[in-house]
Amino acid sequence: MLIIPANSKFVMLCIAISLISATVIRLALQKKNPQKDYTELRQRIQSWWWMVGLLFGVLIIGVSTTIAFIGFLSFLALKEFLSITPTRQIDRRAIFWLYLSIPFQYYWISIGWYGMFIIFIPVYIFLIVPIRMVMLGQTEGFIKSAGTLHFAAMLTIFCISHLAYLLVLPTTHVEAGSIGLVLCLLILTQFNDVAQYIWGKLFGKHKIIPKISPNKTTEGFLGGLITIVSVSYFLGPYLTSLSSISAAIAGGLISVSGFFGDLVISSVKRDLEIKDTGNLIPGHGGILDRLDSLIFTAPVFFHYIYYLEF
Amino acid sequence: MNKFLQILFFVTVIKPLTFIILGLNIRGKSNLPMNGPAILAANHNSHLDTIVLMGLYPLSKVKYLRPVAAADYFMKNRFLRWFSLNIMNIIPLERKARKSKDELFAGCKEALENNKILILYPEGSRGKAGEMAELKKGIFHIKSLTRNVQVTPIIMSGLDKALPKDESLLVPFNCDVIVGEPVSKTNDSSEFMNDLKGKFQELSKLCLTK
Repeated sequence: MLIIPANSKFVMLCIAISLISATVIRLALQKKNPQKDYTELRQRIQSWWWMVGLLFGVLIIGVSTTIAFIGFLSFLALKEFLSITPTRQIDRRAIFWLYLSIPFQYYWISIGWYGMFIIFIPVYIFLIVPIRMVMLGQTEGFIKSAGTLHFAAMLTIFCISHLAYLLVLPTTHVEAGSIGLVLCLLILTQFNDVAQYIWGKLFGKHKIIPKISPNKTTEGFLGGLITIVSVSYFLGPYLTSLSSISAAIAGGLISVSGFFGDLVISSVKRDLEIKDTGNLIPGHGGILDRLDSLIFTAPVFFHYIYYLEF
Repeated sequence: MNKFLQILFFVTVIKPLTFIILGLNIRGKSNLPMNGPAILAANHNSHLDTIVLMGLYPLSKVKYLRPVAAADYFMKNRFLRWFSLNIMNIIPLERKARKSKDELFAGCKEALENNKILILYPEGSRGKAGEMAELKKGIFHIKSLTRNVQVTPIIMSGLDKALPKDESLLVPFNCDVIVGEPVSKTNDSSEFMNDLKGKFQELSKLCLTK
């Protein structure tokens, strides 16, 4: 069992309290308008309970368990991506190697081998995949398949694994611990999605990128950006060793990269003409629908911290 | 003993394989019949099809499930024969034997009369990956063996990627399982077959996997 540092413990408690309030508000709404259908809201909140419960559970058990858990998320995300994206039947033998690379990538993280963690997917897996494909010997559709497999590995294994590496960075803020970095990234990323949505709903007029997402507006984007920069200005120094100014910049990076992460997965879905990537999480869609922003914010936040502090 | 082994196999293999290694996008789960006599009519592309269909059911219902399977394939050696009959609980069907319909389908009839849920692939065998073969009329004969048999159409997609015909390496993929509403209870065979075919086509449109 890991002793959760004080600041992180307090933030986790706040999250638990806000989840309880969400449930209470939902029940009150239901009571007030009994004829209205709150199934989707109920499902969404219920799923949040599961996601937060699982995450906090593994964080409390310890670092190795959390790393294994994030590895499992990579597995689910990779599987989902390859299930909705067309590949040639023969590629399944190369895909097998992608799955095999997940335990290795997370093993490097668990022993804190930064050099291997940072090159394993972009160098070795990058080379191994086309080598395996050459051995399979089918040239028709080769480029497209190689591209699909590399894109999938980078998004779902390499990018997501940065979240796990935050946990093994040397502690620079004793009261928050390495968990503080993970909480900070997750809170800012999720809150950015919510803030952009709310600002867009309230003041949204000018569509920012209508071809990909008709619901995204300039007002939503800027409102989200300002909100996250301000939240990060105060939250950052509490959960990480960043100064207020550096934390505000981190907030800006998270807001912008999260916005694009969301759009990249949206473009993938548009290309495939599907609405959700799966239905693993009731009320949310698939795991990629949930992790879309995080796939981009995790490496950006990680390397910002790594550059400043190590 | 065999009952215990069957439950053990269900808990340690079928469930984890279906929900962790593979992973399902399920639609229309409430259409799944929980009581017999019923027939699950599904498309067939992979050995995993039966595993996944059984995995949809809670542990307490396993004893009602009876996959109808080709005797020439699943009874070909002693181990497979024991495993198919005792663990998977199949009803062997001798597709190549020259027998009368009554003899051929005797096992199915008995199972339906005992309120079992049959798993049946109307295409006859695993077709080409991702394609649907011509439906055979056997399903109509089987459904007509007793009264009030509910036939539920199910389309599965993506399993032929995870474990195609003639492959032994299992690669994880999500798959779609789309359960439709029961096929009409008509006594006219061509009307029945057309309804089944139409329902299959409708359900195929709801698949996510490519």
